[in-house]
Amino acid sequence: MENNDIIRPENLVYKRPALLSENHMHYCPGCSHGVVHKLVAEVIEEMGLAESAIGVAPVGCAVFAYNYIDIDWMEAAHGRATAMATAAKRLQPDKLVFTYQGDGDFSAIGTCESIHSCNRGENIAIIFINNAIYGMTGGQMAPTTLLGQKTATCPYGRRADLNGYPLAITPLLAQLDGTCYVTRQSVHKPANVRKAKAAIKKAFQNSLDGKGTSVVEIVATCNTGWKLTPEKANLWMEENMFAKYPLGDLKDVDAKK
Amino acid sequence: MKDQVTLMKGNEALAMAMIRYGADGYFGYPITPQSEVLEKLEEEMPWDTTGMVVLQAESEVSAINMVYAGACCGKAVCTSTSSPGFSLMQEGMSYMSASEVPALVINVMRGGPGLGTIHPSQADYFQACKGGGHGDYHPIVLAPSSVQEMADFVGLAWDLAFKYRCVSMILVDGLIGQMMEKVVLPEQKPRRTEDQIREQCPWAINGRKGMRPKNIITSLELDDDKMEANNERFQATYREIEKNEVRCELVNTDDCDYLMVAFGSMARIGMKTMELAAEEGIKIGLVRPITLWPFPTKEIAEAAKGKKGVFVPELSCGQMIEDVKLAVECKLPVEFYGRTGGNVPSPEELLDALKNKLINK
Repeated sequence: MENNDIIRPENLVYKRPALLSENHMHYCPGCSHGVVHKLVAEVIEEMGLAESAIGVAPVGCAVFAYNYIDIDWMEAAHGRATAMATAAKRLQPDKLVFTYQGDGDFSAIGTCESIHSCNRGENIAIIFINNAIYGMTGGQMAPTTLLGQKTATCPYGRRADLNGYPLAITPLLAQLDGTCYVTRQSVHKPANVRKAKAAIKKAFQNSLDGKGTSVVEIVATCNTGWKLTPEKANLWMEENMFAKYPLGDLKDVDAKK
Repeated sequence: MKDQVTLMKGNEALAMAMIRYGADGYFGYPITPQSEVLEKLEEEMPWDTTGMVVLQAESEVSAINMVYAGACCGKAVCTSTSSPGFSLMQEGMSYMSASEVPALVINVMRGGPGLGTIHPSQADYFQACKGGGHGDYHPIVLAPSSVQEMADFVGLAWDLAFKYRCVSMILVDGLIGQMMEKVVLPEQKPRRTEDQIREQCPWAINGRKGMRPKNIITSLELDDDKMEANNERFQATYREIEKNEVRCELVNTDDCDYLMVAFGSMARIGMKTMELAAEEGIKIGLVRPITLWPFPTKEIAEAAKGKKGVFVPELSCGQMIEDVKLAVECKLPVEFYGRTGGNVPSPEELLDALKNKLINK
């Protein structure tokens, strides 16, 4: 059988989502962002929201998210994405509005906006990539950096007495009355990718249904910042990150019913 | 309802004018002496009548970024604050200017620096007119001197912001914000529909209806030449604004020996000073800049011709006077008198200062 006999529409089992642009991604090989971008594009496409989706891009590695997912985007100042999403959604309640933010953006400089947007119960979805490091600026300490983890600004390892403790922000957000769904996922194995996709879809549906704020934390790898191979980064994440940031739902108002 | 005269505070007039303009959203944070803006909006509940969104944000930082988002959506959105809050908004001012989105930002000034005082000041002139945030940018800066102008300038500021895709400001001292005066509010305009916004603002972030090409609004451009081209485009817009939008009021400038240049409440006090001076046979004319940026440079230069001196009273240690000196190119004496700390001079005090500095020197 020739290749051309196999490559036929009826044999298609997987394709690049139409909303994922052809632009060459700037992400490092092994980084989790590419997978999450694909999931976001897939979910928007499958939910039929291409004409009504609005993304708010962060400052950080995902600053160019708008170049990769073909929907309308606004680019926030560092940390202010949920404030922007708040206004975009209130002014256009019929749209899907979501933010895509890293740990520095969401849980350091933007902590105030993150907490208050969640507490107001804004009908937005937040995709929060936690890779425990500042990737874009070259591997500095993040609020989520683990104790003992080496970064450019804690080169001998994070010490609680010098740098404070790693911040797990999603359990805080789960306590707020305004959140309806808070979950922690990863994309390092096919089963996890499927779960993460379902979580993003649920978060988007919650936003459309006006249930309140949904937060999908993705515990992610930054193999470049961690100075590991992609494969070893996945193992390091499993062995170290999941202890501090265990996967699973932290809150789901629907599950209680 | 047309031409109905009502009595209200300057801050309340701002709020009412926003609703009447058909504003889509207001995002603010309480700070004296401008809190009546948010209070009045919450009292009026415009979400039930026009559909206007009103939200008390958790900080001025958040408020300005909510305005930034609304502006990206092509909506008529605004915030108001007072000096310390305006300092917190400088990042947003820079981002909105760089993103070429239309927004209205109101600063009802109080005395600084620091936490300062809650009483009136004009000491944010530099911050507003020279671009208080990073990078090369200008908002259009309107300076009302009455409650009527507070009401009128809301619509004007938004119209200019949409015309040039820039940030418009109302810069006013706390005295005008707190003062009660008669005012005729503008007629109620309807809010624009989404279709109208799509037509007026094809760049707006409102979803790819009909699968139009995606819109992206960002202030980021890492290609040096493209970023330089962006700056050149911003500057071209500013030159166009300077050409078309200078506004000022000239009072008695043809028949006078001394010229006073003052804005906001200082221009109001200066008007009384002119009357007192006339009784003593001293002829003073007034240039009142209505746009502080673009500054009425040519108008001041023209009015100053043949005069014996220029007097610039401000509620600061001397900020606008720098632009007045540049306008007259130091061809004649330009003298300053200022009060700070929330103190407001009397008309007599201004006349004494003018006489001491320009006549009996």
